[in-house]
Amino acid sequence: MLDLAWLMLALPLLGVFLNLFVTGRMSERGIGWLASAVVGLALLVAVGAFLALLKLPPQQRHIELNVYTWIASGSLSAGFGLLVDQLSIIMALVVTGVGFIIHVYSIGYMHGDPGFRRYFVYLNLFIFSMLILVLANNFLLLFVGWEGVGLCSYLLIGFWYERKSAADAGKKAFIVNRVGDFGFLLAIFLIFALFGSLDFTTVFSKAPQLVQSGVVSGAAITAITLLLFVGATGKSAQLPLYVWLPDAMEGPTPVSALIHAATMVTAGVYMVVRTSALFALAPLSLTVVAGIGLATAFFAATMGLVQTDIKRVLAYSTVSQLGYMFLACGVGAFTAAIFHLMTHAFFKSLLFLGSGSVIHALGGEQDLRRMGGLFSKLRTTGITFWIGALAIAGIFPFAGFFSKDEILWETLQESLFLWAVAAFTAFLTALYMFRLIYLTFHGPSRVSAERAAHIHESPKVMTRPLVVLAVLSILGGFVGLPLIQGGNLFKSFLEPVLARAPLAHGAAAAEAGHAAIGFELFMMIVSLAIAVAGLVMARRFFLQRPELAQRAAEVNAWLYRLLCGKYFVDEAYDLLVVRPVKQLGTILWRGFDVLVIDGIANGAADLIRGASGALRRLQTGYVKSYAVTMVLGAMLLVLYFVMR
Amino acid sequence: MTDSGSSLLTIIIFLPLLGVLLLAFLNGERQKGAIRAVALLTTLIDFLLTLRLWTAFDAGSADFQFEELRPWIESLGVTYHLGIDGISLLLVLLTTFMTVLAVLASWTDITKRVKEYMIAMLLLEVGMLGAFCALDLFLFYVFWELMLIPMYLLIGIWGGPRRVYAAIKFFLFTMAGSVLMLVGIIGLYFLAGKNSFDLLDILSLQLTPNLQFWFFLAFFFAFAIKVPVFPFHTWLPDAHVEAPTAGSVILAAILLKMGTYGFLRFSVPLFPLAAQSMAPLISVLALIGILYGALVAMVQRDVKKLVAYSSVSHLGFVMLGMFAFNMQGVQGSLLQMVNHGLSTGALFLIVGMIYERRHTRLISDFGGLWKQVPIFAAFFLVIMLSSIGLPGLNGFVGEFLILVGAFQANRLYAVLATIGVILGAVYMLWMFQRVIFGTITNDANRGLRDLNLREIGILTPIVVLVVWIGVYPATFLRPTDASVRRLVAGYQQAVQGAAPRTSVAPATGADAAWAARVLGEAGEPPPSERPWEMNLAAIGSTAMTSAAPPPMERRMGRDVPGAGPLPAGRR
Repeated sequence: MLDLAWLMLALPLLGVFLNLFVTGRMSERGIGWLASAVVGLALLVAVGAFLALLKLPPQQRHIELNVYTWIASGSLSAGFGLLVDQLSIIMALVVTGVGFIIHVYSIGYMHGDPGFRRYFVYLNLFIFSMLILVLANNFLLLFVGWEGVGLCSYLLIGFWYERKSAADAGKKAFIVNRVGDFGFLLAIFLIFALFGSLDFTTVFSKAPQLVQSGVVSGAAITAITLLLFVGATGKSAQLPLYVWLPDAMEGPTPVSALIHAATMVTAGVYMVVRTSALFALAPLSLTVVAGIGLATAFFAATMGLVQTDIKRVLAYSTVSQLGYMFLACGVGAFTAAIFHLMTHAFFKSLLFLGSGSVIHALGGEQDLRRMGGLFSKLRTTGITFWIGALAIAGIFPFAGFFSKDEILWETLQESLFLWAVAAFTAFLTALYMFRLIYLTFHGPSRVSAERAAHIHESPKVMTRPLVVLAVLSILGGFVGLPLIQGGNLFKSFLEPVLARAPLAHGAAAAEAGHAAIGFELFMMIVSLAIAVAGLVMARRFFLQRPELAQRAAEVNAWLYRLLCGKYFVDEAYDLLVVRPVKQLGTILWRGFDVLVIDGIANGAADLIRGASGALRRLQTGYVKSYAVTMVLGAMLLVLYFVMR
Repeated sequence: MTDSGSSLLTIIIFLPLLGVLLLAFLNGERQKGAIRAVALLTTLIDFLLTLRLWTAFDAGSADFQFEELRPWIESLGVTYHLGIDGISLLLVLLTTFMTVLAVLASWTDITKRVKEYMIAMLLLEVGMLGAFCALDLFLFYVFWELMLIPMYLLIGIWGGPRRVYAAIKFFLFTMAGSVLMLVGIIGLYFLAGKNSFDLLDILSLQLTPNLQFWFFLAFFFAFAIKVPVFPFHTWLPDAHVEAPTAGSVILAAILLKMGTYGFLRFSVPLFPLAAQSMAPLISVLALIGILYGALVAMVQRDVKKLVAYSSVSHLGFVMLGMFAFNMQGVQGSLLQMVNHGLSTGALFLIVGMIYERRHTRLISDFGGLWKQVPIFAAFFLVIMLSSIGLPGLNGFVGEFLILVGAFQANRLYAVLATIGVILGAVYMLWMFQRVIFGTITNDANRGLRDLNLREIGILTPIVVLVVWIGVYPATFLRPTDASVRRLVAGYQQAVQGAAPRTSVAPATGADAAWAARVLGEAGEPPPSERPWEMNLAAIGSTAMTSAAPPPMERRMGRDVPGAGPLPAGRR
């Protein structure tokens, strides 16, 4: 089965081709199910590969398939090669699993859209690119997937291209990501320059020796990892490049669920974990990763508090949760990062699809201020949405509890300050999430009359995926049970991949953890209490006494405005980057190109024309004047020779 | 050097003349269809013949292949010497390929003086193919100038409203450069003193660093204007905007490559030390070109002008990679020449298609075209993505290799050039959005027809190649491998040899060269005295490239024993 891993890539690509060229006359259903089926089959291949991997002893769970040499020039050789190991198979399972569910959901959600076929072509292409990203065995191929998902994201954000805001958002996403790619590319160049190879296996195995022997300086590794992280901040929407993700909500909601919550935006986290062998050699980089991750988690959560668009709340929540994952990476808890990545994929795509179901029911309404009281009318959506919210808030025994708690626990081992901020952010998470729940599903209905008449639960093709994801959001956490020795199956499965990057403090933390089960249990109760506090406060502010929220906003008017304005980061970028660059372009063109260079060229031409024009006047054509000139010339010559 | 006995190159170069002959018998007013058909058929057959060239090309060899050597003007020592290696092969292919498409693109675009137009097009092809195949400097110059006239006419007669200004500007800029090159060529002829303009003879010339510098400069302007290297680029936007579609396509895809090809074929191998000392300056100019071209492209209102400035940016990458003087850089730059030819050629075709329908190229006149012309939009999208270097498409492979190469040569240059990659996405995506996305605001766009079969037929082969190069570049990289390796090795050896400047003049330059060649073939590093003389050995030696039979043996018989003492004027 492992030899067939390439099928995972081939199947979605086949879907792209079929829907692009072959199924021209097929019905909407046929197109949708075909696209879903290829992803479903890819999921089966992934499951098969996973089971085959489990049969191998842990140390041998590392299979490389080299398909062909892609770019070869001089000593540079980058192949189209796949790597199936514990990390990539988990990612592949998440991508194909959540991907399949969202494909099915989309059949209902996109029903009747004139771009139905185009949508599924893009979606299949996305799955293909994402699988290249997670299965690549070298940096360059990873970058191919990285750009491929970026392209699909661009196309899908701007899917409804007639809306200017959608087209703008797509362009913004692509360009901001390019800024991140700038770092990624430089990292690749540096890796090749230092290690002479781009293959993960070679680079990771060489790195520690080369650093120890001083061939490669620690500073160089720090530079590589920081540049890689610049790439990650672009793709995974971290400070300061997070600005594209909230705007990306212009895309269809299933796209927000799949690409901008569950899979693509986690690519940065995956990349950092994949390159953990390098990060482990660069403590400074880890500190930066932790700092940026935590800061992003916190700031995004504060912005999520005041958003009024249901999808934008979820978008900021995604940014915030990704921050948690980077925090985990930064404190060396790489398995916790991937664990949270997985559970987040479940509950966040559930929340997005749920919000899609709400939007669908309300005929396109996304504003929380015009919702409320929907729970009784949208039973399945409401219940599953609650499950998702409980999971993200970190309430026992939902999936998010386990993964977030692990991150908090590992952070505490590192620093009390980091933990305190992370814990406060967890409180904010529960607060904005339940604010969303209460404003949407409970309290008095604020839905406009004509819309209220048409409220209906979504069709089964949309609600069943919600149920599946809800089940995953409940059970998903149990693969990583804390406290019990050996209970964290997830961690022990993943650890061999990271074994090459033994982190001193990580190991120490593990030891300490076993030593103080009681303390860990206490901390679990603390984090649970924090989440419940958030829930209670949200209930009080947004359900029982909405005027309290109003008053809080009035009292802290400047803070409220700052948050609503999203700290005015977009405006700052516009003022400091976008406009100056455009002005520079205009100045260079109008000023330099046209005036200076062409001025010189035309000036030279004019000079010659002027000179020749003057000379031409001498050619009058009158014999008389020629005769006079001749005589004058002769006289001058004679004068010259006489005077000499 | 010998004649390979094959006349394939001659046939390929001059086949278009046969087409011209046939066209001469047709009536320009009444037989337009036949004229187009003859032109298309001629270029198509020529393209198929170059495919034969490709299949028969020995990728393992760095030598010139399909060589033809006949005396031409014996009193001056001018020979008719042709041959191609890995550096010219792809460009020859690109030329015949793009010319077919250019003829097809002129099908309905050109309605007046069709006969003369097609004749100019075919003559242009002769000039371009000849310049890529010529191994005699005089012959090269003849072909080089031959290209100029048809292009001048294409712009000046079939161009837009300001065509005369643009044509004259194009002519004068290019001419100014060529004249200096001619001086350089004549100078080399006298220095070599072998009564020969043959490139291989001139390669055996050992020039002092000082002389190398002056000759490099003489060639530099000709090539730099053609590329165009900043700040010699201002003829380009005017020429592109005024030229008819097919003229722009040929100009961008092939003519600009003459400049970059000239650097690779002549400047670097003939004057390696000057190339080395000029590399920082040229790299900086290339960098300015990359960033400047992108910034200026961003604020253009005319799509065609935008594409023209994007060429300045893209060619900057090509120059940067070339002057990194390593495998990745040079090979990437060679591949990027092809990529730019395909992508930018296609962009001009696309702009032409929309111009033919709407008679405007202003971005603000469009918007919302996707809904109206989805096939057009889809092709535009793929080509646009290829141009911004999306992995999986051609542009990425070239750009990546160039940047890897540049990074090894000078990290700062590579970092700055990578900023160009960001800007490239900015101006292209922004333009694309304004033209294709949104809703139709201009009523004139509502009746727009989508692409017809002919137009789809023009763009499809390009898209196929764009994907092919992106996914499996080996097809196009491998034939260039051996030649680039030799070029790089030759440069390295010349430069390394020159590093310690404790020169003890040997008896004769030729002896030293011979000694160096022998040593080179034995795989030894060359001696360091009179180091620039390693130039020849390095370029000629096969020892460092592969186990292929040493090609220089043929040459030795002529160079070495007959070389004698230094000719007068040689220092």
